[in-house]
Amino acid sequence: MMRKTMFKKAVFAVAAAISLGLTVSARAQDEPHFSKQDWSFYGVFGTFDRPSLQRGFQVYKDVCSACHSLRLLSYRDLGGGGAIDGGIGLSTDEVKAIAASVQVTDGPNDQGDMFQRPGRPSDRFVSPFPNEQAARASNNGALPPDLSLIVEARPGGPDYVYGILTGFKDAPAGFTVNQGMYYNETFAGHQIAMPPPLSDGAVTYADKTQATVPQMAHDVVTFLTWAANPELESRHRIGVKVIIFLVILTGLLYAVKRKVWSDVH
Amino acid sequence: MSEPAWKNPAVKWIDERMPIFTVMRHSAIEYPTPKNLSYWWNFGSLSGFMLVLMIATGVVLAMQYTPNSELAFDSVERIMRDVNYGWLLRYVHMNGASFFFIAVYIHIFRGLYYGSYKTPRELLWWLGLVILILMMATAFMGYVLPWGQMSFWGATVITNLFSAIPLAGKHIVTWLWGGFAVDNPTLNRFFSLHYLLPFVIVAVVFLHLWALHTSKSNNPLGIDTKGPQDTIPFHPYYTVKDLFGLGVFLIVYLGVVFFVPNFFGEPDNFIPANPLSTPQHIVPEWYFLPYYAILRSIPDKLLGVIAMFSSIFVLFALPWLDFSRVRSARFRPVYKKVYWLLLIDVLVLGYVGANPPEGPILYVGRIATAYYFLHWLVIVPLIALFERPKPLPTSIGTPVLGAAAAASARTMEKA
Repeated sequence: MMRKTMFKKAVFAVAAAISLGLTVSARAQDEPHFSKQDWSFYGVFGTFDRPSLQRGFQVYKDVCSACHSLRLLSYRDLGGGGAIDGGIGLSTDEVKAIAASVQVTDGPNDQGDMFQRPGRPSDRFVSPFPNEQAARASNNGALPPDLSLIVEARPGGPDYVYGILTGFKDAPAGFTVNQGMYYNETFAGHQIAMPPPLSDGAVTYADKTQATVPQMAHDVVTFLTWAANPELESRHRIGVKVIIFLVILTGLLYAVKRKVWSDVH
Repeated sequence: MSEPAWKNPAVKWIDERMPIFTVMRHSAIEYPTPKNLSYWWNFGSLSGFMLVLMIATGVVLAMQYTPNSELAFDSVERIMRDVNYGWLLRYVHMNGASFFFIAVYIHIFRGLYYGSYKTPRELLWWLGLVILILMMATAFMGYVLPWGQMSFWGATVITNLFSAIPLAGKHIVTWLWGGFAVDNPTLNRFFSLHYLLPFVIVAVVFLHLWALHTSKSNNPLGIDTKGPQDTIPFHPYYTVKDLFGLGVFLIVYLGVVFFVPNFFGEPDNFIPANPLSTPQHIVPEWYFLPYYAILRSIPDKLLGVIAMFSSIFVLFALPWLDFSRVRSARFRPVYKKVYWLLLIDVLVLGYVGANPPEGPILYVGRIATAYYFLHWLVIVPLIALFERPKPLPTSIGTPVLGAAAAASARTMEKA
C-alpha cells in the first residue's frame, strides 16, 4: 500500500516538474504583458458599473468611433430590453436622441435613389468607413479593428485592452520605432499603428469625473466588455438561480439514492 | 424473465403487435446490473444525456443559423444578441461539446482500467470507438460553423491532412473543399454533415446498448456475475444513482456555461474568418490536442497523419493486444501502474499539442508519442504475458475476502 502511494506521488511529481519547466520556458518569450485590473463585472455576482458604462460610451463616441466601428451593436442596445436586458442605463428618449444624431444611408426610394436620414434606435452603429479599403487608406495602411468583440478577441481580454490604451510610452533607448508607428509596451512587438488615442482631458465627462487616461481607459474597456457580452448580467443572475436549484436538487437526489440503496449489501 | 402482463389495454394492444413496452421494461427497468458498480460507471448514461442535449440545442440553433460564408459569423452573433435566450442555447451547445468529450473520455478510461474491452465485450468496445470517431468528425465540423479565424484555419489545416495521401491527395482535398480553398461550399457541406452525423451517432449508440445488454455490464472486480445474488435491477438503483451523478455533472457544466462560457474557447474565433491573415498559432479544440501533438511530433507529413489516425485505430486491436484474462486493473499490479503512466502520457501530449512545437516541447512531444504507441504495442502485450495477477474473488458477493472470511463476517453481523 505504502509503495503504491509513493509510486503515484513520484509519477505526479515528474509530470508536474515537466509541465512547470515547459511553462517557464514558454513564458520567457517576448509576449504581451499587462497587469490585472479590478473589474466590476468579474465574478459570479459581477455586474456592470452603470456610470462607468455611460462614461465609456462617451469615450467610444468622442474618441474611438472616429476610426473604429462597432458594427454588431444597434443603438437600441444602449437602452437594453429585448432579448438581453442589460443596456448601459439610458432612457428610450436618450437612445432616440443618440440615434438621431447620426446620418444613416437608406433606400432606394421610389425614384431609385439612396438617401440620408437621421438614425433610428433599430439601426446598427454607423461605421466610420464604408469599407476596409477606405479605412486602410485613411490610416496609413493599417486597419482599425471593429470593437464589437475586441475584448473577447484578444488573449487577456479587458486587462489587455486596458494595457494597450495605457501602454503608450517613450521608446527605450536603442529601440527604433518605424515611421508612422508608436511605441506601446503592451502590444506584441511594441510597435502599434494606432496613435495614442487618449490624453488627460480628451473628453469632458458629464458627471464631472476627472478624465485621466487610466479613468477613460477603465471606462471604455467596461463599455467594450458590455458591447462584447451584453448578456453578462442576465447570465450571472440566471446562473446563480440555476446553480442554487441544482445544488438543492442534487442534494435531494443524493438522499433518495441513499434511501433506495439502503437494502443493497 | 417472465412476460409482463400489461394492464392498460392500449399498452397491451400495442405490445402484442410490437413488444416495445416489453423491450423497454427489459432493458431500462429489469436489466440485471452488477450491484458493485462505482461512480465511474455513471459516465455512459451521462454521455447519452449529453448527446440528446446537443441534438436538442443544435436543432434549435440551426433554425437561427445561416450556413453562408458571408453571413455565418454575424448570424451566430445575432443568436447571441437578438434571439431570445440565444446566448444560453449557444453557450450550452458550445460548452456541451467539451463536456460531452469529458464524459466520453472518462467513460473510455474507465473501460481501459477495468478491462471492459475484453471478451465478451469486443464488439461493444468497437462500437464505442466508432462513436468516438463520429463524435470527433461532428465536433470538428461544428467548430467550423461560426466561421471565425480558428474555424477557418482549423478547417484548412485538418482538411489539408488528406493531401498527404500519395497521388490522389490533392484531388481528394479539392473534392472535400468543393473548390480550391476552404470557402462557402466547404461551410455548406460541413453544416449538412454536422446536422446528419449526430443521428448516425444515435444509431450506433443503440447498437452499443444492444451489445451492452447482450454481454451485460462489466464491474470494478471485472469478474462475471454468478447469479441473481450479484445483480440488482437497473431501476430504481441505477436510475437514481445516474440522476444524482447527472446533478453533480450539471453543476460543473452549467457553472462553466453561466460564469466562464468562453473558458474552452479561443480568442481568435471572435475574429471573422479572413483567408488572407493566418493566426499566429493554429490550435484545435482541447479534446483534439493529444492527436494534434502526435501529428506534429512526426517530421514526415504522411507518417504524421498515419500516426495520428493510428492513435485511435490501435485501440480497435486492444482486446487482442491485451490478452491477459484478468479484466480489472485491481488485480493487475503491473498493468495498473502503466495505466496511470499512459494517462499522464496523454495529458502531456495534450499540453504539447497546445503549444508551438519548438525547443524542448518538440522533444517532449516526440518522446510522449513514442511512449503512446510503445504502451499499446509492446508494454501491454508484455504485461499480459509476464504479469502475475492477484487472486480473483470468487464472486461479486464475496469480494476481496475469502469465502471463509465472508462467512465469519456474516456471523459477526448476526451477533
